Amino acid sequence: MARHRSFGDISYGFVVGGLATLAVFIIVTPVVVVLMTSFTEGRSLKFPPTGFSFGWYEQLFDASQSRQIHKAAFNSLEVACFSTLFGVVLATLASLGLARDRRKMARFADNFFMSPLVLPGITFGLAALVYFSTLGFRPSLDLMIAGHLMVTMPFILRTTTASLSQLDPALLDSSRSLGASWLYTLRRVTLPLIAPGIAAGAFLAFMASIDNVPVSLFLSNARTDTLPIRMWGMMEATLDVRVAAVSGVLIASAFLLMLIMEWTVGLTRRMRD
Amino acid sequence: MSVSTAAYDPSGPAGHLPSRAGEAKLRLDEWQLALPLALAFAALFVAPLLLLVGVSFFNDDKITQAGFGSWIKFFGDPFNYKVIGDTLLLGVKTVCTTVLIGYPLALVYLDLPARLQRVLLFIIVLPLLLSVVVRTFAWIVVLGREGMVNQVLQGLGIISEPLRLLQTELGLVISLTQIEMPLMLLPLISVMSRLDPNLRDASAALGASRWRTLFTVILPLSMPGLVAGCLLVFASSTTAFISQTVIGGVRLIYLPLLIWQQSLVVYNWPLAAVASLSLVVSVLSVIAALSYLGRRSSGHLHG
Repeated sequence: MARHRSFGDISYGFVVGGLATLAVFIIVTPVVVVLMTSFTEGRSLKFPPTGFSFGWYEQLFDASQSRQIHKAAFNSLEVACFSTLFGVVLATLASLGLARDRRKMARFADNFFMSPLVLPGITFGLAALVYFSTLGFRPSLDLMIAGHLMVTMPFILRTTTASLSQLDPALLDSSRSLGASWLYTLRRVTLPLIAPGIAAGAFLAFMASIDNVPVSLFLSNARTDTLPIRMWGMMEATLDVRVAAVSGVLIASAFLLMLIMEWTVGLTRRMRD
Repeated sequence: MSVSTAAYDPSGPAGHLPSRAGEAKLRLDEWQLALPLALAFAALFVAPLLLLVGVSFFNDDKITQAGFGSWIKFFGDPFNYKVIGDTLLLGVKTVCTTVLIGYPLALVYLDLPARLQRVLLFIIVLPLLLSVVVRTFAWIVVLGREGMVNQVLQGLGIISEPLRLLQTELGLVISLTQIEMPLMLLPLISVMSRLDPNLRDASAALGASRWRTLFTVILPLSMPGLVAGCLLVFASSTTAFISQTVIGGVRLIYLPLLIWQQSLVVYNWPLAAVASLSLVVSVLSVIAALSYLGRRSSGHLHG
């Protein structure tokens, strides 16, 4: 179709294309710059980095020099694993109970459980601190798991509910009419079909917990701080180049994790839909 | 009439058939599976927030004397109004910049072949999975005195002295634009890729320019995605504590920093509670207004 390209069409391509290129540039550049900087030989975050070395990574992985960072990283992993685990159990059960319930009360409960996604995290963080101190608890990883559970559980609830509502009810009816019990249907029909949804939600919840700042900020102390809080401290005090090395490790892990999730459950497709 | 149809309706309640009675009971009880979550939610989410509201109605930081003192103190100080205004304005500015460059990117995404779409989606989602702290740190490296922007501009001879970009609102808005971008793009792309491509072809075949197609066909139809993206970006950028404190520094004060100072530095919990409830109310009321406008605009379209 050889249509005459008017001035308008050319300007459209120019403006939209230009702004889109700028968007990709702004999204990608900082990630690339941090990766480059983390391999610097120098002692500052100068750009372009001077020389090439693994020096900062060696320091980062040195058990005695970076003990506190390692401790924080393990705290982060522990909190993320347990809060995701509890989240999967509680949110999957709740979705099974509510996803196909059309009653007003069920719809309301479903939306209500999503409210941590809307509430500013810092407000819940402060509320949790006031609440747990009033009850007499001291800062611990357990409290952090409880706090993270509340703000990450909605991710699992959302993807699981979405999978359940796409499930063909005829499958459940036929399973039942063939004499299968509710539990057997759940185990052999429902769960296998919604497993990718649960997995995608668990992945998002896990990442949200690893990344969480507002709740950890209020519920952690020097002994129980998580990686983001420790990194924040390192950035606020002196600009430690090890932060670049930590960032490099996190970028590489996020990249790998995403490839894995893409292959197994089609994560980007699920996030888009 | 309803009674007679119910007897033949296989999906209706069939409680009077003995073989199905137990099953009907089981199905009725299915909602109880939500009870464990409901209990945890009540104990760990609802109760703390109610307590926070309660604490805000105390006058002193020892939480002994009930009253409206903290509310009066917080809203009696003109400085706090400025902080609230600056916080909301930061959100608005970030929303504007993410729309300005994010929307065109979503348009380009639509025109790409499927393989490139996957690559672009990957690029868009990856930053979302990177810690906010890492993304914030990245901008320190890019915007710093010896950072990439200053080095490039000096190298090109555009400036002689390094620009001060960190600890300015400009630098903060640029950084937040990248940090919040996935939140704008995902709902946009989700809505846009469901648009019928025939609509665009029809518009072009009828002689509309691409600009006209954009503003009269694509933009109105993608409104739900655009509004959703704006809401997410607004909510996230107004409460982005780490980015605000690290890139904005201590001279740019936004509500999250104020809450942090009052609660963990000064230990005045009632005042921190008032500040954090003000944050919730101001952010959520903007969000409610935006989503109301969004619903009305898409309502016009169908109505």
